Amino acid sequence: MSDTDAGPDASAASDGAEGWFEALPSGATEDTDTESDAAPRAAARVREGTAASPADWAVRAVESGFAAGADEYYDRLKAAATRATREAVRERERADDAQLIHAVRAMDDAERTANELAERAVEWAGSLFDEVEPGIEGARAVAAREPESEVERRAVSLAARAAELDDERAELAETIGRTAPAVAPNLSEMAGPELAARLIALAGGLESLAKKPSGTVQVLGAEDALFAHLSGRAPSPKHGIIYTHEYVRGTRPADRGSAARALAGKLTLAARADHYAGERRSQLHADLRERMATIRARADTDEPDAAEAGDE
Amino acid sequence: MSEPTLPDGVERREIAGEERLATRGEPVYGEPTADGWRAWDPERSKLGGMLELGLETGLTGGETVLYLGAASGTTVSHVADFAGPTYAVEFAPRPARDLLDAAAPRDRLFPLLKDARKPETYAHVVERDVDAVVQDVATRGQAEVAARNARFLADDGRLLLAIKARSEDVTAAPEAVFEGALDRLREAYEIVETRRLDRFHEDHLGVVATPK
Repeated sequence: MSDTDAGPDASAASDGAEGWFEALPSGATEDTDTESDAAPRAAARVREGTAASPADWAVRAVESGFAAGADEYYDRLKAAATRATREAVRERERADDAQLIHAVRAMDDAERTANELAERAVEWAGSLFDEVEPGIEGARAVAAREPESEVERRAVSLAARAAELDDERAELAETIGRTAPAVAPNLSEMAGPELAARLIALAGGLESLAKKPSGTVQVLGAEDALFAHLSGRAPSPKHGIIYTHEYVRGTRPADRGSAARALAGKLTLAARADHYAGERRSQLHADLRERMATIRARADTDEPDAAEAGDE
Repeated sequence: MSEPTLPDGVERREIAGEERLATRGEPVYGEPTADGWRAWDPERSKLGGMLELGLETGLTGGETVLYLGAASGTTVSHVADFAGPTYAVEFAPRPARDLLDAAAPRDRLFPLLKDARKPETYAHVVERDVDAVVQDVATRGQAEVAARNARFLADDGRLLLAIKARSEDVTAAPEAVFEGALDRLREAYEIVETRRLDRFHEDHLGVVATPK
C-alpha cells in the first residue's frame, strides 16, 4: 500500500530533469479560474512525481518563470507540500491494519507452501541428479540446472516455483517491515514489525488488540494450550506468539512468565497508544527496558524466592 | 571540552528555572517557553542531544536542511526555527499529521510524506546541495538510507545521523551494530566524529559525516 505514491510514476522517472513545478502555470500569468485548478495539480505533482537526482529547483523555477523570485518559489512549495502531505496522510490512514493482516497471513501461506513444494521438488530431483541438498536452498540449486529430459524439466520447473514462492515470502516480509511501523509505530518498535503484524492479525485488528486485556495479549497464539488449561487438562500457558520476542525467549525459563507478563503489559499499552493517539511514546519503551533489566538481573543474584516477588 | 559551537538561533536560555537549549518559535509539543524561546529537550531529540553533548555539527544557522524521519515534528520544528528552507520527510501517516501542525506556522518548513529509502520519490521537490542532512529514522538499514540520500548534500555539507542500535538488531550488542553501520556509511561518507548519545538516548550513536 505504501508504494502507491511512487508506483504509477516509477517508469516516468527520467534523468531528473523535471521539478515538481514544471508544466504548472506560473504565478504571474495565472488568472483566478486556473488557480483553483492549479493547487490540486501542484499537490499531485509533489505526491506522484519522481526524479533520479535533485537539482537547484529554486533557481530553475525562477528561470522558467514559475516564480518571480526564491521567496515566491518557497511560498508556493510550502502550499503544495502541505496540501500534498495532508491529502496523502488522509489516504494512507485509510490504508490500514486490514492490509497488514492480509500481508502477514499471505506471508505465512507462502512460507509453508514454499517449504512443502521445495521438499517435494528436491525429493524428486534427488532421484534424477546427484548431490541434491534439502530445503529451499536445495530447490534453488535444482532450479539452476539445465534439464535434459521431460521428467527433469518438470522437477527443475517445480523447484523454480518453490524458489519463486520463497522470494514472494521475502517480499511480503519486506512489505510488512515497511507498513507495520506506519500502522502501529509503538507496537512495531517494541515487538518488531513481524510480531506486531502477527499480534494484530491474531486479535483481528489494531482496534481489537488495543481493547484486549494484557493477560489475553500474553497468550495470543496459544489458544490450544489455553483451552486445554480451561478444561483442566494442562497448566496455564505462560506465553503465546510473544514467545518469539527476544525478551521472552532470551530470558531464563524460571523468569519467562514474568518476562512475558511484563512484555504483554507494555505491548498492550503500545497498541493502545497506536490506536488512540498514533504517536510515539518513548517512556513506554524506556519503562519496558527497565522492567526487563530488573527481571533479568534475578538470574545474576539468583535468590531462590525472587522469581515471583516484586511483580505487579 | 570547550563550550561547543551552537548555531545562530540556538541559545542556552533560562527557562522554568533551568538553563536549557532553546530556539525561538511557536511551541509544538507543550514544551516550556520563556520570552518567545522554546526549550529544546535533548531527551526527546537526537539532534538536541548531539548539540548538548557538544558534537561539532557544523550548523551555523540559516542553512538549507533535509530532515529524514521527521516524525511528529518535535526536532524538525526546532531546526526550522534556526535554519533556512527545511525539508521534512516522514513515512508514517499518523505522526505526519502532527508534523503538519508543527509545520503550519513555519513558512520554510516543507512537510513531505515520503519514504526516506526512496529518494527518487522526493528528488523532484528537495533541492540539491543542501547544507545538512539530519537523519533519525527508526528502521533497519539506517546507514543505507544515509548513503542513498548523499545525493542531496553539498560537497562541504554535513550528515548528522543518529543510529539506533535496536532498529537494526534488538539482540546484537550495540557496538557491533554501530561498527557494521559505520562500515556501510564509509562507502559514501567520511566520518568526522561519533559519540554515544546514551546520556539522553540509550543505545544510540551520534555521527557527523561529510560526503566523500
